[in-house]
Amino acid sequence: MEHTLNKVFQGFYKDSVALMRLSRDLAAMDGVNEAALMMGSPSNKQILKDAGLLADDGATAEGGDLILAVRAKDSDAAKKAAEVIETQIMSQTRAATGDTVWQPQTIRAAAKANPDANLALISVPGEFAAAEARKAISRGLNVMMFSDNVSIEDEISLKVQAREQGVLMMGPDCGTAILDGVPLAFANKVTTGDIGIVGASGTGIQEVTTLISNNGGGISQAIGVGGRDLKDEIGGISTLMAIDRLDADPATKHIVLISKPPGKNVLPRILERVGQSAKPFTICFIGASDLELPSNATAARTLKDAAQAALGGDAFAEPAVSGVSVPKGRTGIRGLYSGGTLAAETQLILLDAGLKVASNAAVPGAGSLSDAGDMHKIIDLGDDEYTQGRPHPMIDPEIRRDPLAAALADSTVDVVLIDIVIGYGAHPDPAGQLAEMLSTMQRADNPTIIASVTGTEQDPQIRSSQIQSLQAAGILVAGSNADAAMAALKLLGINS
Amino acid sequence: MATDQDNLPFLGGKLSVINVGLDKFATELADHDVPVVHLDWKPPAGGDPELAALLSKMGT
Repeated sequence: MEHTLNKVFQGFYKDSVALMRLSRDLAAMDGVNEAALMMGSPSNKQILKDAGLLADDGATAEGGDLILAVRAKDSDAAKKAAEVIETQIMSQTRAATGDTVWQPQTIRAAAKANPDANLALISVPGEFAAAEARKAISRGLNVMMFSDNVSIEDEISLKVQAREQGVLMMGPDCGTAILDGVPLAFANKVTTGDIGIVGASGTGIQEVTTLISNNGGGISQAIGVGGRDLKDEIGGISTLMAIDRLDADPATKHIVLISKPPGKNVLPRILERVGQSAKPFTICFIGASDLELPSNATAARTLKDAAQAALGGDAFAEPAVSGVSVPKGRTGIRGLYSGGTLAAETQLILLDAGLKVASNAAVPGAGSLSDAGDMHKIIDLGDDEYTQGRPHPMIDPEIRRDPLAAALADSTVDVVLIDIVIGYGAHPDPAGQLAEMLSTMQRADNPTIIASVTGTEQDPQIRSSQIQSLQAAGILVAGSNADAAMAALKLLGINS
Repeated sequence: MATDQDNLPFLGGKLSVINVGLDKFATELADHDVPVVHLDWKPPAGGDPELAALLSKMGT
């Protein structure tokens, strides 16, 4: 008879990437039907409960406890699998603690031991992230907060505190930064140069920095501020501080701003600050229209436009996509994105071509996915609904498997658009994993798949190697995300 | 042309990081020769987020 077993490790922390690997190993064992390892926060316990994986033991776990949950064909199989994974957890822990290097347990201890430290990079679960950031700021550290699920109230108080201390608060939900040429969290190894970036979007920064780097330019600094910074509640505190820093930075000659459209109260403040600078700005507020910009600023509609404008306005060479026929009766575009801003850029390009678009992360003019009908569907797989209790699709592209199989089987879908985002922090071989996924799926009379690779030759995955893997799997590769969307339009016979 | 002044570190000193969370970020920074200290972090206050927030506001 099927049996669900929970084992609780009290006061035992492991990060989400380590837990993902252990969960996979556990789920692959003989007789195991479903399995997960999660910290015992209320939200994680709810996920386990919804999956039928929460037993009485697990229900009593607390936020600092690790829950091993397994459902197997019988109690013997469940016990055996749990014992194997427990041994793995304990051996990993011994290996980690067997290291003779002392590891501080608090920010205070780390800051005391390293008085030169000037940045805290925080990626602990969201419910604890604000507390850690508060400690870091009070010790005069700049903060890059990768963690998400932080309340807007905490974000406001942290940013106000950071402003008073004169330090930068990047995030929460700040996926990307490049400081003094060093990629932080999800970022790419780009050429150093004179273009500074301030962005409320991780993948937006990645796309623009890599396009600039791959087309002859270079980046001075790229500062992520978190997706909500330009909302009226936050008031653009970090964006304004980042502009001040780049304006004063002699190595930065041109500044690019990337964000969703700012709140109506914060927009004039940002534009006023831009107008006070002697440096030229490129402003890419994805989805905004009719911006009245100061004379030193130009507007860019897409990320690609922003990269081109920062490099002087000349168009990049667009790779041609040809020789592909459109299956009869299919006219739909399905986007399966790991990057939220790349999904937004594609929506804009399709909307500008007069198409009807629906998305779970809709830009102005697009509809909601729940009411999509026969609209083109652009899905942001990094959205909370897909990532609850599991790593972001850039770390774990497995999230794409089911939506991809569904798109390939959908008789209305003609083109599937996919973003491959490489660089530090990302999966070691996302193109290879996509090729493996496709090899397991029915592809008769299947849609055309068009991808782009956000990254550089200097990234660990090497952009050209990723492109080769995609092409070998029968995927068309465009020069940028915008080019991929334009190629989809061409395949459907739409001249934009 | 770049001058010495152009090459000033952005945060006022050479980038030096305290990493709190995913250990792969610390490994990648070390690969770039960035001084990094990786915390042996565990959820504070016995895993109670509200108590952890309160303690951080008290400066502990």
